[in-house]
Parts: sequence; C-alpha cells; structure tokens
Amino acid sequence: MRRTPLTPDALDDIDRALINRLQDGILVTQTPYAMLGTEMGLSEDDVLTRIERLRGIGALTRFGPFIDAAAMGGAFCLCAMEVPGDRFETVLTLVNAHDEVAHNYERVHRLNMWFVLACESESEITRVADRIEQETGITVLRFPKLKEFFIGFRVPA
Amino acid sequence: MSIDATDRKILTATQGGLPLAPRPFAVVGSWIGLDEAEVIARVSAMQEQGIIRRIAAAPNHYALGMIANGMSVWDVADEIAETLGAQVGALDFVSHCYLRPRALPEWPYNLFAMIHGTNRDEVESHRAEIEKILGPACRTRDILYSTRILKKTGVRLRKEAS
Repeated sequence: MRRTPLTPDALDDIDRALINRLQDGILVTQTPYAMLGTEMGLSEDDVLTRIERLRGIGALTRFGPFIDAAAMGGAFCLCAMEVPGDRFETVLTLVNAHDEVAHNYERVHRLNMWFVLACESESEITRVADRIEQETGITVLRFPKLKEFFIGFRVPA
Repeated sequence: MSIDATDRKILTATQGGLPLAPRPFAVVGSWIGLDEAEVIARVSAMQEQGIIRRIAAAPNHYALGMIANGMSVWDVADEIAETLGAQVGALDFVSHCYLRPRALPEWPYNLFAMIHGTNRDEVESHRAEIEKILGPACRTRDILYSTRILKKTGVRLRKEAS
C-alpha cells in the first residue's frame, strides 16, 4: 500500500468529490455506478474510469463491501507485550512467525508491541497467545473487543 | 447474525473489490453461478443484518495526506462508557473505536479510539476534542504513537466455513 502523500495535482475536484462520496457507500441496485453518476452529474463511464484510476494511483485502497468480520465466524483479539529493547527483534520474529498475527505495530509505550490475532475461534486465540508467552517468556495482555462503535471516519480528499 | 454457504461465496468473491462494470452484481453472479437478482437480494439482506456494513471506498489516508495517527486510550467510568464511546466513534477523525477490558494494574484503559490527522499537532488537537466529550467521566488517558509497522497481512476470509 502507498504510504506517501500524492502530489497536489494528482486529483482534480471531481476526483476529490468522488472520493468523499464513495466513502458513504453506494446503493445495492443493478446499475449503482450509473446512479452515482446521475447524482454527481457524471456519466457512468466517467465514474468507472475515475474509480479505476483512483485505485491505480493508490488514492483508494479498496472499493467494495465492508464486512463485519465477526459475522463470518472468526475471532479477533488485540494483544500487547512489553518487550525489552535488546530482545525486540528476536521476539518480533517469534511473534510474526504465527500466521494468526494479522497486524503488528511497534508503539511508543512501556507496552511497545501491539498485534491483532485473527483466529477461527476464541479457544484458538487463547492457544496462540499462550504459545507466544511460552516461546518468548513475556506476558501477552489480551484486549478482546467488548463493544465496537459505529465509525464516522471520513478522510477529506 | 449468520450467513450460509452462498452468502459466503459472495463475500469471498468480492473481497478484492466490487467489479468496476456497469452491472457489477451480474458479474459477481457470473463468477459463482448465481443470477444478478439473487446476488442483489442476498447482498441487500446482508446489509440489513449488518454483516455488510456498506459498499464503499476505503481511502488510503496516507495518500490523501493523513499521515499521522495515534491510538488514544481512556479510562472511562463503566456506567457511561457505552454512551460516550458512541459519541467518540461518530467523530470523523476516529477510524476505530472500541470498548475493551482493562488489564489492571498495568492497563487501566477501557476505551480505545484511533485518531488520524495530517500531522502530530492535528492528532493532539483531535485528542483534546475527545477529552472534552469525555469530561469528568474520564479518569486517566494516554496516547500511543506507532513507530513501525511490523506486520500487516490483513484479515483474509476463508473460502469455506469450518
């Protein structure tokens, strides 16, 4: 994924309006792009070409259904560890070796390694987290979500 | 909330994205042997149930200049945490917002909100805005900035239920 800002001239005003509008979601109909075009004063073809380009230049990472992963039957847990500086790379190798580790971030805190376990069940979460504790000798704090809030997040383009 | 094998096929088929074609649901149907009307009916039903949250674009916030982010964490009184959490989640600069169990004594925080901005100062001013919303219900707080992405494979759906 692109991690650097696009140059200011990479997007025109229509691209920006489209990015903003697309974050709110499209309707589930036979011709959603034509409907979006009508709403924004663009042709269906223009909508499709622009989305394709926005994906191509990395302005959008994805365009499609956002799903509630838990509804698919998986189990997820945010975990944190306090890893001594001189053991960081060793511990990192041990943790990342587990396929169940989906994301892992180094953060500025006493608890300096934060990762998400994505497993098929709650018992798998316990098994993998316990295993990481045995392999590293470091406690794995577990923060499963109790409640997720509706997200109003929008990136203004 | 549950889905059957056909729903799962639809979700798996669209994981990489909705086809960019005039009749995208017809294209999805052609991949998995369903007609367009059934795909539309099933996608609509999944959206009503909250399994599909929306069909939308995920902007690349780095590409759009939002390169700073921090995981803000808050110790919020339990009796009001759900109400306040909903208000924090609705803010347009918060990308993830969850209540999680505390891990006492080392971790007193129960509300997690990921804040994004164009720079560190903007993240801090957003954080001050959250602090104002939480008011006296919040006892202690912190923010954790990331220094390195150590792994990011994302969550991929399995093709079959197990």
